Amino acid sequence: MKHLLSTQDLTKADAVQILDTAEEMAAVSDREVKKLPALRGRTVVNLFFEDSTRTRISFEAAAKRLSADVINFAAKGSSVSKGESLKDTAQTLAAMGADAVVIRHWASGAPVRLATSGWIDAAVVNAGDGTHEHPTQALLDAFTMRRNWARINGTASAGTDLAGMKVAIVGDILHSRVARSNLWLLRTLGAEVTMVAPPTLLPVGIADWPCTVSYDLDETLAKGPDAVMMLRVQGERMNAAYFPSTREYSRLWGFDDRRLAALDEHGLDGTIIMHPGPMNRGLEISSAAADSPRSTVLQQVRNGVSVRMAALYLLLSGGFRSNAGTALPDIRPTAAPVPTKETAS
Amino acid sequence: MSTTGSYLIKGARIAGGDAADLLVENGFISAAGTSLSAAGATVVDADGLIALPGLVDLHTHLREPGREDAETVETGTRAAALGGFTAVHAMANSSPVADTAGVVEQVHTLGRQAGWAEVRPVGAVTVGLAGERLAELGAMADSRAGVRVFSDDGMCVWDPVLMRRALEYVKAFDGVIAQHAQEPRLTEGAQMNEGAVSAVLGMTGWPAVAEESIIARDVLLAQHVDSRLHICHVSTAGSVEIIRWAKQRGIKVTAEVTPHHLWLTDELVRSYDPVFKVNPPLRTNDDVLALRAGLADGTIDVIGTDHAPHPSEAKECEWAQAAMGMTGLETALSVLQHTMVDTGLIGWSDVARITSARPARIGRLAHQGQPLAAGSAANITLVDPAARWTVDPAAMATKGRNSPFAGRELPGRVVATFFKGHPTVLEGTLNSPLPAEAE
Repeated sequence: MKHLLSTQDLTKADAVQILDTAEEMAAVSDREVKKLPALRGRTVVNLFFEDSTRTRISFEAAAKRLSADVINFAAKGSSVSKGESLKDTAQTLAAMGADAVVIRHWASGAPVRLATSGWIDAAVVNAGDGTHEHPTQALLDAFTMRRNWARINGTASAGTDLAGMKVAIVGDILHSRVARSNLWLLRTLGAEVTMVAPPTLLPVGIADWPCTVSYDLDETLAKGPDAVMMLRVQGERMNAAYFPSTREYSRLWGFDDRRLAALDEHGLDGTIIMHPGPMNRGLEISSAAADSPRSTVLQQVRNGVSVRMAALYLLLSGGFRSNAGTALPDIRPTAAPVPTKETAS
Repeated sequence: MSTTGSYLIKGARIAGGDAADLLVENGFISAAGTSLSAAGATVVDADGLIALPGLVDLHTHLREPGREDAETVETGTRAAALGGFTAVHAMANSSPVADTAGVVEQVHTLGRQAGWAEVRPVGAVTVGLAGERLAELGAMADSRAGVRVFSDDGMCVWDPVLMRRALEYVKAFDGVIAQHAQEPRLTEGAQMNEGAVSAVLGMTGWPAVAEESIIARDVLLAQHVDSRLHICHVSTAGSVEIIRWAKQRGIKVTAEVTPHHLWLTDELVRSYDPVFKVNPPLRTNDDVLALRAGLADGTIDVIGTDHAPHPSEAKECEWAQAAMGMTGLETALSVLQHTMVDTGLIGWSDVARITSARPARIGRLAHQGQPLAAGSAANITLVDPAARWTVDPAAMATKGRNSPFAGRELPGRVVATFFKGHPTVLEGTLNSPLPAEAE
């Protein structure tokens, strides 16, 4: 595997390897010196055509912890806003010797285009493209789920998948790259997925997706999901008649206090509440839910760095086992790692 | 008219039927039959070739005036000749828009000067294609360009009242409104066919209903005011059903399909390669099969290429940024052979009908689409159906490199094209244009 463009491209072995590598990376992040020499001398470009501070700094932290040189290239305030094409930008980055390009783009498919056009020979990591995919988000979500799933089952998470786990993804599925990437990855890892949304926010064609579709969040919660992932809903969707009002949306599809209480009533002690952020508190998720012990929002952020370290490391070192025969640079700590209390909350 | 010389085409299978000779003199077929001979005539050995009446395209974007970087009348009609066309209808979405007699006369004149094929300008239905008020349809009809086909192609004449008035008005000069059927509100920001593939790719969908609802409305309007309606680039199975229904009711509707919609599907969009971005979008395999069936049973009347060249920078970009459109003039006949003839759905006489006779009739072109018989204008295309070739956009005459068939091996090759008795193409390559003074 040379690029990370879509979770549809990931085999189960690749996905598990990324998650396992991320576990090792997480251990690095818990050390006093959060740095590995693995990508010393390599250049990672964060090419962002769309503002996303949290994703950009997560990738930046990941690359820096691997000792890579990081160049941040924001489309705004650069030649891109003066009309430079993706082709010219890509060729410029290639001429500067970029080894990896982490691309965030408002247009679906732009990372695929970058990877397949021949404009640049670098590894391409999709950091979110339009309403298509956001594979590292799905990987960090899976990493978070796997840790919680292992904790409940009393096992170590390394080497495991998500077989038997039930996941509900709730909200604006139509416009969500997070939902798409999660669906493919969760299915690959053996989880069952239910998509919950108003019918207007489900894509035509969802009947072909390997998931259950529901319009009823309460009914879905009653079925005992192990994880409930709330998606950000843009209030402006209301203006395009996707739903009548934000209040009605919250009432029918928001994770509010009543539904938080319902998890307890159903005896779902292990069920976690996830959100990729940024949250609209009071719209798709209430503050009580977001701040509850069930919430994994901050775990997800923390795990994001580990997962992105793993992805960059495996792509740039050619270390996927599916690329047989490549020897991996050692990432084991040279000093004894600081013992941690990293547990699921 | 004698400057074009005389030619004796020997042994061509006329519209795929029996082999015969055609004597071309003074721009006309002076004789047709077996074992013809003519002193002084250049003999063209057509053994094994099929003779078709010169192809007529109802839907060509020649880009001039305004976008000469994408195509000119000269380069576009060279491509037409190589594709076997002797007449093309130049769509109105130039810059300035072909919405006045002045612009259509300019395009018409450029066509005559080029000499590679008859260029028939299409007039805009509304001023600036804006869909707000009628362009001067009568002035364009009465101009030297003699416009009979009017279209806002690229834009739908969405306002039902305006569409009704346009349909009524062009009856005064036996015109036809060629509708680009696309409900604008249902297709805001649309990038590709709405369905299983768009759902996975996360692209804004262009639903079939946006085409079908406009066609349904317009066939009823055409019935109500008893006017001629032509539907551009039909792309969905539902549209075929509606047109079939309308024809059964005697409504004066005709329809066209592009070569690419007869073959390619939205599965190709998974590559995110904008060479496959086109409007209307590539649809599903079920749509492709319905379009083929509709073309075979006569529900769809004609092939229209929707030849839409773009400069490379308009395609070397993100899908969402890319221009819509594909080149088509130089691949149309081969794609038609591959999808319709070699599959056994139609024969070569049907090819003659849907590429020449019917489009010439719809466009009211007096000297095109005639049977290959004595007395007809000598617009003739010779095709080698046994040839195979690999599509190389860089080798094409069109300026556009945006062929969705690049790299594919196609059957059938245009060997010669005679335009008003003059060979614009011989031995598969451009020969020379019809001298302007010959007209």
